[in-house]
Amino acid sequence: MNPVNYLYLAALLFTIGASGVLIRKNAIVLFMCVELMLNACNLAFVAFSRMHGNLDGQIIAFFTMVVAAAEVVVGLAIIVSLFRTRHSASVDDASLMKL
Amino acid sequence: MENLIALLIAAPLLGAAVLLCGGRRLDKAGHWLGTLFAAASFGIGVALFTDMLGRAADDRTLSQKLYTWIPVEGFQADVAFQLDQLSMTFVLLISGVGTLIHVYSIGYMEHDERRRRFFGYLNLFLAAMLLLVLADNYLLLYVGWEGVGLASYLLIGFWQHKSSAATAAKKAFLVNRVGDMGLSIAIMLLFTTFGTFAFGPVFASVGNATEGKLTAIALMLLLAACGKSAQVPLQSWLGDAMEGPTPVSALIHAATMVTAGVYLIVRSAAVFNGAPDAQLVVTVVGAVTLLFGAIVGCAKDDIKKALAGSTMSQIGYMILAAGLGPIGYVFAIMHLVTHGFFKAGLFLGAGSVMHGMNDEVDMRKYGALRKFMPVTFVTFGLGYLAIIGFPGLSGFFSKDMIIEAAFAKGGTQGWILGGVTLLGAGITAFYMTRVMLLTFFGEKRWQPDAAGHEPHPHESPKSMTVPMVILAFGSVFAGAFFEIGERFLKWLEPVTGYEHGNSPVSAMAVTASTMVVLVVGVGIAWSMYGRRPVPVLAPRGSLLTRAARRDLFQDDFNHVVLVRGGEHLTRSLVYVDHSLVDGVVNGTAASVGGLSGRLRKLQNGYARSYAVSMFGGTAILIAATLLMRAV
Repeated sequence: MNPVNYLYLAALLFTIGASGVLIRKNAIVLFMCVELMLNACNLAFVAFSRMHGNLDGQIIAFFTMVVAAAEVVVGLAIIVSLFRTRHSASVDDASLMKL
Repeated sequence: MENLIALLIAAPLLGAAVLLCGGRRLDKAGHWLGTLFAAASFGIGVALFTDMLGRAADDRTLSQKLYTWIPVEGFQADVAFQLDQLSMTFVLLISGVGTLIHVYSIGYMEHDERRRRFFGYLNLFLAAMLLLVLADNYLLLYVGWEGVGLASYLLIGFWQHKSSAATAAKKAFLVNRVGDMGLSIAIMLLFTTFGTFAFGPVFASVGNATEGKLTAIALMLLLAACGKSAQVPLQSWLGDAMEGPTPVSALIHAATMVTAGVYLIVRSAAVFNGAPDAQLVVTVVGAVTLLFGAIVGCAKDDIKKALAGSTMSQIGYMILAAGLGPIGYVFAIMHLVTHGFFKAGLFLGAGSVMHGMNDEVDMRKYGALRKFMPVTFVTFGLGYLAIIGFPGLSGFFSKDMIIEAAFAKGGTQGWILGGVTLLGAGITAFYMTRVMLLTFFGEKRWQPDAAGHEPHPHESPKSMTVPMVILAFGSVFAGAFFEIGERFLKWLEPVTGYEHGNSPVSAMAVTASTMVVLVVGVGIAWSMYGRRPVPVLAPRGSLLTRAARRDLFQDDFNHVVLVRGGEHLTRSLVYVDHSLVDGVVNGTAASVGGLSGRLRKLQNGYARSYAVSMFGGTAILIAATLLMRAV
C-alpha cells in the first residue's frame, strides 16, 4: 500500500482535530480534539519514517506520546478543578483573561 | 607693614563669628566685644595710615597676597589685598565711623534683648565692607559686595517681628540683586576682554580693548553702582531701608555701604576714562538722582525718610562727580568722606530724637525739642549747616568743588550739569531747613502714642551723645582740613588722577551763586515752616508734594512695569506651556492610548478565538515558508 495514503489520513485527522478545537465549546471534547491532532502528527511521523527508511520518526512519535500523556494529566486536572468551581465545562465561560 | 592688611578684615570678622556663634552666655558682654573688635580694626587702620604718610606719594601702595583662591589654568583668582590712598581713605572712614556707631548702639540698643546679635551683624558688615575696599581684584570685591548686601539685609530686617521691616529687607535684597547681576556680568566681560580681573593688569591694558567693550563693562559697573548706591532706576529700596534700627541707617545706609557704588566707579576710573559715552550716562544718572532724592526729601514727614531722600541726593552728587572723569574723581571721594561725617551725625541725631520721643518718627509731632535735647540740637545743627554748605563747614567745600567741576565739564553739558547741581544745593537747603525747623523749633506738637504714653523728651545717654559730638567735629572741620593746601587732592591724585578742567565761570562766581541758592532755599523753608505754626496733620499739598510723598511713584512704576509685566510674561509663558508643550506631549499620549484601546478589543478572553489566531498565524507562516522555498 502506498505510504502517502497514510499522510492523507494524517492530514484529515489533523483537520478534524483542529476544526474541533475551534468549533466545540466543551472542554473535554476540546481536549480530545487536541489529542486527535497530536496523534495525527504521530501518524505522519511514522509514515515518514517508513518512507525514508530510518527510525527517527518513530522515536519522535514516542516522545510525542510521553508529552501527550503528561499533558493529559495536567489538562484533565485543570478541567476538573474548573468544573468544580464553575459547574460548567464550557471554555467560553472561562473568559476571565480580558479587560 | 603689609601683613597687617588682612588683620583689618580679620578683626571684625572674628568679632562677628564670636558674637554670632557664642550664644547667650555672651549676651552681657557682646556689645563691648563687638565695639572692641571694631576699634581694633580702626587702630590697625590708623597704624597703617601713619606708616603710609611716612612714605613718598608714589610708593604708598601696599599689597598682600594671602593665597590663590581658585587656581585654574588661565583663571587665577587670588585672595589678595591692595591698600592705596583710595582704600586707606575708605578704611579710615568705615572703621572710624563704624566704631563710633558701635559705641552709639550700646546706648541705643540697650533695651533690645537681641543686642548681641545686632553687634555681630554690625561686625559682619564692617568685615565685608573692608573686604570690598581692600580687594585687589574684582572677584574678591564681589565677595565683599555681596557680604555688605547680606549684612544690610540682616540689619534692615533686624526687627523682623514688624512685617514692614521684613518686607523692607526683602525689597532691599531683591533690588540690590539687579545691581549685583550687573557687577557679575561686568566681571565676566572683564575676564573675556582682558583674561584677568585683577585691578593692576586690567587698568594697565585698558588701551588694548575697543571702546565698545569698555562702554559695555562701564555700563554694567554703573548698574551695579546704581543698585548699591540707590541711584535711579534702582533707588526704591533706600527709603524702606529706614525700617532698620537708626544706627544701621547711619552706618550702612548713609555713611558707608551706599557709597560703595562711588568707590566702584572711582576705582574703575581707567575703564570709565576709556568710555566717554558711559561717563555721560553716569553723570545723567547722578543728576537725575540728585534731583529725585532732593524732591522726595522735601515732602517726607518721617524724619528718617527725609534724611534717606537727602542721602540719595548727596550720593547723586558723588556719582555725578565720578562721571565727570579726572576732573571729578577726587571731589566725589572728598564729598563722600565729608558726607560720611555729617550724614552719620544727622542720622545719629535723628536716632537720639526718636530715643527721647517714644520712637515717634513723624516730624509734625516734634517741635521745640531744642530746649529738651541741647546736645542733640547742637550736633544735629552743625550737621545741618554742613550739609547745606554753610561757608566754612565741610559740606561747603566738598559740594562747591563738585559744582565747579560740573561747570568745568565744558559745553552745554557743563552748563546743564552745573545748573542741576546748583538747583540741588538750593533744594538741599530747603529740605534740611524744613527738617531742622519741624524738629527743633516752633511749638510743641507732641501727642500720646498709641498706648497712651505722653512722650517725655530727654537728652540721650553719654554713649550716644559722645559719638554725635565727634561726628559733629568732623562735619565742621573735615572740609577745611582737606581743602587747606589742597591736602586731599594731593593725597588722592596719584591713584585717581586729576585734571583741572576749563570752567566757563570763575570759582568765585560759583561760590557766590551757591550762596544765593542756599539763602533762597533756607528762606523759602523758613517762610513755610518757621513763620507760621505747622499743622500736626499733613495738609493735602500740591500735586508735586503728593507725588513726592509717594516717592515720585517709584513703587507704582515698578509695580506696573515690572511686577505686572512679569506677571503677564509668566502668564503667557504658562499658557504656551499648557497649550503647546503640554499639547504635544498629551496629544501623543492620547493617540497612543486611543489606538491601544482599539487594539485591546481583540483580547476577548475566549480561548477559542486565541486558538484561531494561532492557527491562522501558523498557516500564514507555513505558507510563507513554502512560498519562499518555491521561489
